Amino acid sequence: MFQAIIKRLVGALPALFGVIVVTFILTRALPGDPAAYFAGPAGSQEAIEEVRAKLGLDRSLPEQFVLYLRDLARGDWGYSLTTGQPVLTELAERLPASLELTLVGLVLAVIIAIPLGVLAATRPGSWIDHLCRGITTAGVSLPTFFTGLLLAYVFYFLLGWAPSPLGRLDPYTTAPDFVTGFYLIDSLLAGDGETFVAAASQLALPAITLALFVLAPLARMTRASMLGVLSADFIRTARASGLHPFKVLFTYAFRNALLPVLTTLGMVFSFLLGSNVLVEKVFAWPGIGSFAIEALVASDYAPVQGFVLAMALLYVLLNLLIDVAYGLVDPRARLEA
Amino acid sequence: MNTANPALATRAAPGRLARQWHTLRYVVGENPLSAISAGLFVGFVLLALFGPWLAPHDPLASHVGEPLSPPSMAHWFGTDALGRDILSRVIIATRLDLGIAVAAVALSFVIGGLMGAFAGYFGGWFDRVSTRVSDTIMAFPLFVLAMGIVAALGNTVANIVLATAIINLPFYLRVARAEVRVRREAGFVEAARLAGNGELRVLFYHLIPNVMPPMMVQISLNMGWAILNAAGLSFIGLGVRPPEAEWGIMVAEGAQYIVSGEWWIALFPGLVLMLAVFCFNLLGDSLRDLIDPRRRT
Repeated sequence: MFQAIIKRLVGALPALFGVIVVTFILTRALPGDPAAYFAGPAGSQEAIEEVRAKLGLDRSLPEQFVLYLRDLARGDWGYSLTTGQPVLTELAERLPASLELTLVGLVLAVIIAIPLGVLAATRPGSWIDHLCRGITTAGVSLPTFFTGLLLAYVFYFLLGWAPSPLGRLDPYTTAPDFVTGFYLIDSLLAGDGETFVAAASQLALPAITLALFVLAPLARMTRASMLGVLSADFIRTARASGLHPFKVLFTYAFRNALLPVLTTLGMVFSFLLGSNVLVEKVFAWPGIGSFAIEALVASDYAPVQGFVLAMALLYVLLNLLIDVAYGLVDPRARLEA
Repeated sequence: MNTANPALATRAAPGRLARQWHTLRYVVGENPLSAISAGLFVGFVLLALFGPWLAPHDPLASHVGEPLSPPSMAHWFGTDALGRDILSRVIIATRLDLGIAVAAVALSFVIGGLMGAFAGYFGGWFDRVSTRVSDTIMAFPLFVLAMGIVAALGNTVANIVLATAIINLPFYLRVARAEVRVRREAGFVEAARLAGNGELRVLFYHLIPNVMPPMMVQISLNMGWAILNAAGLSFIGLGVRPPEAEWGIMVAEGAQYIVSGEWWIALFPGLVLMLAVFCFNLLGDSLRDLIDPRRRT
């Protein structure tokens, strides 16, 4: 088992290397001359040369790449021009907000999508199957930024059920003491029910927006793989042996159907992290996505590059976790390793 | 697929066309939404082609009506903060939105398809390099990579097209590579080789035409997503600049008014964008059911 995990870790290395190479290329593809850019519009020729030497831009590309790797490893991801803070600090500060939103969105989607897919597969052609089909087709067509706005209009402006769609907490509530950075968990740890409710009500709309978008691929895959498994011989045998339908459905079919769903999770995370950026912008969520957008608008490139790298590293890590989970669930994958 | 009249189809080529018509009717009959989406598709194409003649007002002219007025007979979709007619802007935007998506998809189809076909047919180092490239692209959350590319290359519409093409490249590359690989040693390919055709000729005249159907399915499944991506990029302020009309940017412009109750500014462009993506996704599903029923989920 341990060996299998090590093997997967090693397997993730090429992806990791590829990601770093691409972000390196992106940093070197800045419009115009980066040295002139960083020296500022008033920079003289000497100043530009000085900046060029300081940034290592006068060396060969492989040398620059090694320098880039060294800086990354030392935690030097550059400075944000707008806030003057190191990019890594800024990202680390905002990461919990993004993660909390993403994870709650994912959990919501899984809670709805998996039962929906299972029900649709056990009753093909019924109304719930059509509902599932409708939701999966409509779900992938929803522009997340638009559904977010729509939800905010209906639940904040028209019905007044949700608080104003700005940030993680309303201005009258103070943030709970930092433990994990997840307000839901931190407020519970502090035993502060009021803050928990406040944080949860701010979180509800953006999380639902995200969940609506990623629900579709999950439900679609669950339905398809359940349908496939349910028509397999071993299910027929189990039924013929007189096993209880629940045992057949959950112990026999569902556990086998889960494997392809686990594989789709990789794609789902790609969607989730991408649309996270849009949802953060709509709800003024103080995560790394809105940080990157602010930097983009201000033509402040280091935070954007840091953001792309952080997201990619997170995604590689998530894929690694999925791989390991796959090994845990599927004994065959363990044997192969 | 090619004709809407069963009598004509049977007369032109009895058998084959009739059978195709039968399949088409079966697919449409089973899912009537396909017919609706086909109608919508034609509508969007017409809007994209003839938008400038169909729009009732100049999309860029301000104070066509009272600023921030709700939908009325004079302005069906209302007006925005500058008094521009939203209906006209939504219509004009069709060409730009669809144009970006079509250009991006075409680019990734041609480049990804060719790379995949070469990789699948010849194997070797080119196969390894191109697979590595596509794996590396897929190691990013795709929308985030697109953001990074546009940020690095510069904030222009051309770069939006390029970024969208790059993030879609792996899908085409993989389909083309897999489809060419399974056919590489097929009987008809061997026969073509024995008949004295060169490798390139075999690839271009015998293999690539055969991998076109799954590639077409990939295109149609991909279009909606490409539109969504491009609109998302302009929503966060990349690519298209105001005052240009584009669905994503119009939703962004309307976003600040939604909390004060002016819903129509963001609603109509958002709704049309959703409809366009929905229509392409449905068409993609129908086309897949028609051409490649095994991939149906």
